[in-house]
Amino acid sequence: MTSVKIPYDLSAAQFSPDGRVFQVEYALKAVENSGTAVGVRGRDGVVFGVEKLVTSKLYEAGANKRIFNVDQHIGVAVAGLLADARQVVETAREECSNYRYNYGCPIPLKHMTDRVSLYVHAHTLTSSVRPFGVSAIVGSYGEDGPQMYMIDPSGVSWGYHGCATGKAKQAAKTEIEKLKMRDMPIRDLVKEVAKIIYIVHDEVKDKNFELELSWVGEVTGGKHERVPENVFTEAEKYAKVNMVFILF
Amino acid sequence: MARAYIANRVTDKLTKVTDKIYCCRSGSAADTQAIADIVTYHLNFHKMEHGEEPPVKVAANVFRDLCYNYRDSLSAGIIVGGWDKQEGGQVFTVPLGGMLTRMPFATGGSGSTYIYGYVDSNFKENMSKEECLKFVSNGLALAMSRDGSSGGVIRMACINGDGVERFVMTGDQIPKFYEAY
Repeated sequence: MTSVKIPYDLSAAQFSPDGRVFQVEYALKAVENSGTAVGVRGRDGVVFGVEKLVTSKLYEAGANKRIFNVDQHIGVAVAGLLADARQVVETAREECSNYRYNYGCPIPLKHMTDRVSLYVHAHTLTSSVRPFGVSAIVGSYGEDGPQMYMIDPSGVSWGYHGCATGKAKQAAKTEIEKLKMRDMPIRDLVKEVAKIIYIVHDEVKDKNFELELSWVGEVTGGKHERVPENVFTEAEKYAKVNMVFILF
Repeated sequence: MARAYIANRVTDKLTKVTDKIYCCRSGSAADTQAIADIVTYHLNFHKMEHGEEPPVKVAANVFRDLCYNYRDSLSAGIIVGGWDKQEGGQVFTVPLGGMLTRMPFATGGSGSTYIYGYVDSNFKENMSKEECLKFVSNGLALAMSRDGSSGGVIRMACINGDGVERFVMTGDQIPKFYEAY
């Protein structure tokens, strides 16, 4: 009898002897290769910031955005494989639309997160599919105030006051922890989020990036949208000026 | 019950769908009972998934969904009322075709056509609980006296943040103010 060693990392349907599912861990690695995404929940809303890496100067600006609208009141910022993310976002949109159709009111973010997590988790159970290489930060503003969750490739989700995912998530989390976000308005948080993205961007390894900023809260009338041009420029300016101080 | 023949004059047409949401059923008893049962099931499910009481507008929308989609086979006119922590006390009406409207007050059933004048001239916003009960019981008494297919007992429920209080008025307790002359 010849014994052939079977690898444990080819299928998401099988545990390794020490109780791990390698395919899920590889999916987490895929997320770590992506540009950083940051979400901060303030007093009156949620702000998203994404460092979208641009690998060639030949690309048209503004393509392949990584912040999405899922429903009027819900936004998603993603890190990881963009094509995977779009499928997760599509699912989230369907959940929102179905809820609205059936119950005639906007879906509570907790409920949408649970449903999408279920879908992501289903992709960690069978050998015919691979897990999503995506971490999605979802945020909303409604009757219960601001809410924010992050869904991992494993299908687990947590509620956050501030979270980061992607390449520089550690550095970003350290910066977020310095904020007193619980009693800050999102008008101020936008600037801080822009600053964090600028601080954690690695200029040596990844030369070019596009900053994406969006918010949902009191100031937007409960709608998730990209920040207006004047707010964006102001935040970017603030980020560039204050980033320099930290470097020296 | 409010058809030409009244099988039971003490039927309870005020039906509970959640702890703080009730509906007033009119039309076919069989249809409206079945609808109320299905809505109760959906709202229980909703409550389990969300871990809190469903809002009144969710209940009203589930009623609408059923009444609209099966409008050709149903004869049901339903008023949905209740209390939730988001918007407080609310009244919705789902009439025959399955339209849904939120209203300050709503009437329905065969007797309602007789009391449009009464409700329109006597309704006031922000009435107290006692004023509301008076408004409703007087309206029902007037409808019962004019409409041959309305009658029996008056049932009322007062729903607020503290819970539900139910009232029944039988025979001699039914208002007779309009017999004054």
